[in-house]
Amino acid sequence: MSFLKTYITEVYGAVKSLLTGMKLTGYYFTHPKEIITEEYPDNRLTLKMADRFRGEVVMKHDDNNEHACTGCSACELACPNGTIKIINKFEINAEGKKKKAIDAFVYHLELCTMCNLCIEACPTDAIKMAQTFEHSVYDRRLLTKQLNLPGSKIREGVE
Amino acid sequence: MFSIENITNSFHNWLSSVLSETLVMLVEMGLIAIAAIALFAVLGLVLVYMERKVAAVIQIRLGPNRVGPMGIFQTSADTLKLVLKEGFMPNNVDKFLYKLAPFVVMITAMLILAPIPFAKGFQIWDINIGVFYITAISSISVIGILMAGWASNNKYSLLGAMRSGAQIVSYELSAGMAVLSIIVLTGSLNLNEIIESQRNGWWIFKGHIPALIAFVIYIIAVTAETNRAPFDMAEAESELTGGFHTEYAGMRFALFFLAEYINIFIVCAIGATLFFGGWMPFHIGNWEGFNHVMDFIPSFVWFFGKTFFLIFLIMWFRWTFPRLRIDQLLNLEWKYLLPISMFNLLLMTVIAIKGWHF
Repeated sequence: MSFLKTYITEVYGAVKSLLTGMKLTGYYFTHPKEIITEEYPDNRLTLKMADRFRGEVVMKHDDNNEHACTGCSACELACPNGTIKIINKFEINAEGKKKKAIDAFVYHLELCTMCNLCIEACPTDAIKMAQTFEHSVYDRRLLTKQLNLPGSKIREGVE
Repeated sequence: MFSIENITNSFHNWLSSVLSETLVMLVEMGLIAIAAIALFAVLGLVLVYMERKVAAVIQIRLGPNRVGPMGIFQTSADTLKLVLKEGFMPNNVDKFLYKLAPFVVMITAMLILAPIPFAKGFQIWDINIGVFYITAISSISVIGILMAGWASNNKYSLLGAMRSGAQIVSYELSAGMAVLSIIVLTGSLNLNEIIESQRNGWWIFKGHIPALIAFVIYIIAVTAETNRAPFDMAEAESELTGGFHTEYAGMRFALFFLAEYINIFIVCAIGATLFFGGWMPFHIGNWEGFNHVMDFIPSFVWFFGKTFFLIFLIMWFRWTFPRLRIDQLLNLEWKYLLPISMFNLLLMTVIAIKGWHF
């Protein structure tokens, strides 16, 4: 009789697992608010992006036009395809000491694969991924960007 | 009360008063042919649209929504595209069979339409062996598929056709057993008598658990017979690039595509007739008041409502379940469905003999 027991158990298990699947799809069918499709060109103003979407690298600036980039070039080393190029300069600070600071954070959007490795490498959390995605331009030189805003400087206390 | 029967009867009487008997028959045959083709065209459009929408919502998408409001003209546009396409035929195909195959599949589907009662007193051909006729004719469609696969002169097409043959031959058995268990209860093969026997309740409720098991087996078997996912081994886009219709294009392909959806409609109509009482409204035993209220809903609404519910069920299967391999498919039939349906038929016979059903 053990054969019959296995047989019935198998049938029961199969029916149960299939019904579990149908319960989930049935839930989606009866709850149209779960639909995640964005009708993009129509709802351009109210577009809701997914949290994980990565569009381009930007540098965070606060109201005083200050950023947190120390110019350590950890992001440049982390980048697998040479998207980031950091040009440093030396400033004399108030105590008369020479201190390293960034002159230009150059970012080649046309080379970037949005792999997120630079953001993870950054020790001071100075850069992040923005959710913009309408990047097409007629001149590809426009895709080479300088991420630090003109006249910006490093925030006090960031080492 | 609105009834299609009255309209057809008064039309028949008016026609008889104008024309001779032979001419009346010819005119009515012509009208029925036009009606059947029109029904096919409309069903094709509606079912394809329904399938795409159901699939979309189940997969948390929106589905077609650009052509017309809610995308309702999407399938019409697709059909127009298929009509305008070149009727391409590859070299070295068996030309006669290649051209014949889509029509065999299509005509088989049309033939099964004959004994189905669409509404009270609205039926093309009232035949006393209706269920037998349907089960006999429905197995012919596999010949069309085999023809297409063989004539295409393509190994993938032939493989798909052979799989389809193995599949339909196997699943006909359990589908037949499931149908038989209802025949045991009614004692008649006439579809009208089967519906009449459900006046005090549908068989799926009256027949206890065996009727429910028979219904589940029927739905599984007809899903396999119509070559739909999760049993779409004959088409198998991922392995056979489309199976038996790989080499077909344009309107010939459209005929196969249409026949698939028509077959779904037909098997669901039969399922609705056998288990859910066809056009019979929802009646509970002797509750006269309740039954009378239910009678106010026209019978064709009941028929199409039930049929489309079953079609939805089959679509739900398609977009939920994973596909089976061909050996798993045959295992399922020969090791599980067939023994269960045989035992179920035995149980049903005992119930019918003892009169334990309501």
